[in-house]
Parts: sequence; structure tokens; C-alpha cells
Amino acid sequence: MTMGDCNETLKELETFLDGELSDAALADIRAHLGDCPNCLEAFDFHAELKAVIAAKCKNDEMPVGLLSRIEQCFQADLDGDDRIG
Amino acid sequence: MADPATFADQAMQYAPQLYSAALRMTRNQADAEDLVQETYLRAYRGFGGFSEGTNLRAWLYRILTNAFINTYRSRQRRPVESDLADVEDMYLYRRLSSLDTIAASRSAEDQLMDMLTDDEVKQALEDLPENFRLPVLLADVEGFAYKEIAEMLDIPIGTVMSRLHRGRKAMQKALYDFAHERGLAGQSAGRTTSDGHDHG
Repeated sequence: MTMGDCNETLKELETFLDGELSDAALADIRAHLGDCPNCLEAFDFHAELKAVIAAKCKNDEMPVGLLSRIEQCFQADLDGDDRIG
Repeated sequence: MADPATFADQAMQYAPQLYSAALRMTRNQADAEDLVQETYLRAYRGFGGFSEGTNLRAWLYRILTNAFINTYRSRQRRPVESDLADVEDMYLYRRLSSLDTIAASRSAEDQLMDMLTDDEVKQALEDLPENFRLPVLLADVEGFAYKEIAEMLDIPIGTVMSRLHRGRKAMQKALYDFAHERGLAGQSAGRTTSDGHDHG
């Protein structure tokens, strides 16, 4: 394994984690990760960081009453244009 | 015009996640509530034009993003387009992996979950300038594909990718700084190259 492989692999870190690589490129990356603990560790870290960011940024509690206010929109002609909503 | 019952059955399940996304966009509860309500109103009115088989969740997020850009953005106190200081690649990883913080016995995910509070991660995302914040939100929190994000934001896919790359690095630096302030990540990790302020 050469540094070149590592650099080429790390360049694709984000496209890999975002699921945006072609099958061929994906196979190349997976092959390298199978052989290179350093790159594997970096990829693992960023995969887990992405999961942690997602988990911590979408757990807000909806204010009480928001759902019913939304549903009320579907029942009334709010702006007087003779259409519901 | 959509049948209210059908629309509610299919679309209302997404309200909690749309509300969270709206909070990250507007950064305040009152605007987030208004934005979600506006999104559902627009979606309800447009539901007749929504074709079965397309992704309802992506369609709702597209409406949410458009409503934010067209209506709520003007209420934000910060500039819409703003540049970010250049930050070293893998900023957080390079600093944490040289510390004992990342102990081999525990997964990085467990340790990051403990090390970073919910509020810090939200803050780090919300502090990004809007042109970086929306791509990061839509990719990392909501899991949309580059192509979907490009369509929602009406920018080329290459721009989505470069904004994600730079936005993520800036967010990692903010997360490191939060952890460092609380003494969870030591200075000894070193600021080997950029401290984030040397490039425009």
C-alpha cells in the first residue's frame, strides 16, 4: 500500500459517507479500507460523527398545539379566496 | 384540491422532523412554527400536483426550504451569503485521535455522544452561514442526496459538494472548540497548521 492510495481514499471520504460513489469507486475504497487500519479508523470516526450530528440535531420537541394549528389550516378558508387553506 | 384526510394521513407524520429542520434554519421557535405551518399550507394547496410514487418527504422538504428562502430569510439578522475561514481537513479527527479521549475500548460514536451536548451540536450547525448551513443540514441531518439538495437549493451539484466540504470542516472546528472550552479536549493536541483564520 502506498501513501497515494491513502490520499486517494481520503479524498473520497465524504462522497463515500454520503453514499454518492459509483459501484466501481465504492469497491476500490472498500478494498483499501480492508487493508489500511489508518484510513478505516478515519472513515469510522467520520461515519460516527455524522450519525451523532444527525441524532443531536433532530430531537427537538414540537411545541404543544402546533399540530392542531396545522390541521386547522386544512379546514378553513384562511385568506378568503374561496379555497380551503 | 387535496382531500384533507388523505393529505393528513400521508404528510403529518413528517411534522416533527420538519419542525426540527425549521428550527435549524430560522434559529428561533416562533419563526420555526410559522415556517412549518406555511410549509403545510403550501403543500396542502399543491398536493393535487404531487405525483404518487415520488418521495413525499423530499417534496415537503423542498417546500420547507423554498418557504424559508423566500419568506423567512429576510428576517435573519446575518448575511445570506458569507464566506468561511479555511479549516484543515479532518479537523476534529486529527485533534481527537492523538488524545486519550478516543480510547480504544469505546466506540468513537459513544464518546462523541458523551463529549458533545445536543445544544453544542445544534449551535455549531446554526452558527454556519446560511449558504453552508442549509447543505449541511439537508445532507448530514436529513440524509438527502446531492442531487436532491441541488434541486432544493437551486445550485449545481459541485457547489453542494464544495459547500458541504467547507461547512463540515467549520462545524468540526466549532465542535472541537466547544469541547476544548469545557476541558474535554486538550490543547496538547496541537494546532499544527491552520487555526482557522489564516485564509479568507
